[in-house]
Amino acid sequence: MSFTDTERRRAEELIARYPHGKSALLPLLHMAQDRDGYVTQDAMQDIAALLGLTPALVLGACSFYTMFKREPIGRLVVSVCTNVSCLVNGGPALVDSLRARYADDLDVHVEEVECIAACDLAPVMQVNYEFHGPVTSGAAVEVIEQYKSGALTARTISGSPAAASVSGAGTTVRRELAKGG
Amino acid sequence: MAAQETRVITKFLRDRTDDSWEFAVAREHNQAYSALEKALGMEPAQLVEEVTKSGLRGRGGAGFGTGQKWSFLPKDVFPRYLAVNADEGEPATFKDHMLIERDPHQIVEGSIITAYAIEAHHAFIYLRGEFALGAERLQAAVDDAYANGFLGKNILGSGFDLELIVHRGAGCYIAGDETGLLSSLEGERAMPRIKPPFPAVQGLYAAPTIVNNVETMSAVPHIVDRGGEWYAGTGVNKSLGTRIFSVSGNVEKPGNYEVELGMTFRDLIEGLAGGVAGGKQMKFFIPGGASSPWLLPEHLDEPLDMDRATELGTMLGSGAIMVFDETVDPVLVAWRIAKFFAHESCGKCTPCREGSWWLEKVLYRMANGLGRADDLDLLLSFGNNISPGVTWPPGQTTICQLGPSTMSPTLSLHKHWGDEIRARLAQDAERRTTLEVAAG
Repeated sequence: MSFTDTERRRAEELIARYPHGKSALLPLLHMAQDRDGYVTQDAMQDIAALLGLTPALVLGACSFYTMFKREPIGRLVVSVCTNVSCLVNGGPALVDSLRARYADDLDVHVEEVECIAACDLAPVMQVNYEFHGPVTSGAAVEVIEQYKSGALTARTISGSPAAASVSGAGTTVRRELAKGG
Repeated sequence: MAAQETRVITKFLRDRTDDSWEFAVAREHNQAYSALEKALGMEPAQLVEEVTKSGLRGRGGAGFGTGQKWSFLPKDVFPRYLAVNADEGEPATFKDHMLIERDPHQIVEGSIITAYAIEAHHAFIYLRGEFALGAERLQAAVDDAYANGFLGKNILGSGFDLELIVHRGAGCYIAGDETGLLSSLEGERAMPRIKPPFPAVQGLYAAPTIVNNVETMSAVPHIVDRGGEWYAGTGVNKSLGTRIFSVSGNVEKPGNYEVELGMTFRDLIEGLAGGVAGGKQMKFFIPGGASSPWLLPEHLDEPLDMDRATELGTMLGSGAIMVFDETVDPVLVAWRIAKFFAHESCGKCTPCREGSWWLEKVLYRMANGLGRADDLDLLLSFGNNISPGVTWPPGQTTICQLGPSTMSPTLSLHKHWGDEIRARLAQDAERRTTLEVAAG
């Protein structure tokens, strides 16, 4: 999806904050990801045009940072830490059980991440970049289910404050892909 | 006397019973921005001198003198920039995370004072992308600072202008390296750049730039408020003042503890963090983040002193102390750290890009009983191409410190348990041969 006029104005405001506009690249990628649930090719082309870069340069940066997803991953990204302090406190078992539990759930994407700077909460996970820990696998599932049902309000897929209605764009596209659509 | 914290920069956030960090509360109960008011009445050069006098050393990992760094800016070259490093990513470090979420005004105030001292009119706080709540609170703090005349044009009538931007990263360890951070802030992959030129000479947009850590920024208002001499009166040797240590792993009370430098590891780990969890024995501990070589229980009575750590063949780094009990296999920990570095290597320098990948593979088989007899020597041999000599302080064949950091776990395995591990590998190799023969 391409930027609308309103989005383009917001993007231009962002760019104007920096002494050199190209610095707005990461904020613009976050903005695009929040809107579509992942960073689409169209968005990368739009951003390239706004910043006067080639689309390849935008893709080069986008693919370097782990928070940017270039394919739909659903509505919730669950990041489980398995780095050392979590390693010795049950992180690996937690990520395995959540991966198994949500393997077929198009809303939920479970990923193993590097240290997220909350080792006092080991084993720790984030759901759309909100911290939860220490969690057993049962408690983790409970938290994720609360986000799914709306009992807990999730941040956006890039971790911005929740919009009035959480965009399910990532799940919708993922469902279409799963159907072969 | 029982070990005690010395709370300077964590005083406000610890004294509170609730989580009210907001402007009005910080102003009333923590005199937020009063040090800025004082600083604006001083000359920038006086501030640099005061911070130099305090002996404050960067709290991000390298431990370089803060005032000294500021004084490296070339004279009369403008514009200059300040980039505050809030990209906390060194495994087991979680102090900046706490400071960002629970006392953002202290960081903003320290950043404004620093920008004034180095005569920068644009400052950036490069925030780790995963700190979603931190981003919200830091931005709110910045908005409040603008609304109350502490940021923007003609701050408090002093004639000093400053724009401060909170910039979110997107998940990348090496953006925490100061030159990697600058690349990222310019809208590039966060690839480190060769030094020299140092950022103070040629940094952001090729202009003179100071990169300082969040905890360093948080200490600045206190130094301005109470004077460099007061700060230099605490601590030990050339490690002055207080520092926040993040203690985690197999300990009873994992958490952040702000202590006067010079306290022993034992007082910190046993006295404050409650010692090894479940009454077990300690096998080893990592004193300064995943990049630092490891220490043993026999080192517990050593002081928290940056230069003493160097003598012991390690570093206090980012202040992250990881404790492991007797049931933990050091080879497994070495593998997990290698996996981390292999994932985070930016790929710019061949020895690190290829070497970190190899390290992970070999340590994986060693940790899983599939090691070959000469695996430890194999690691040391190719590690020699990443960090010549595999020693400490490390040599490097790479642009940044990530390369040599990949070797710290292997260096530690070799130094502390070399014979034991070689014997274990010989057994593994023998068992593998037997299995292969049995399988025909």
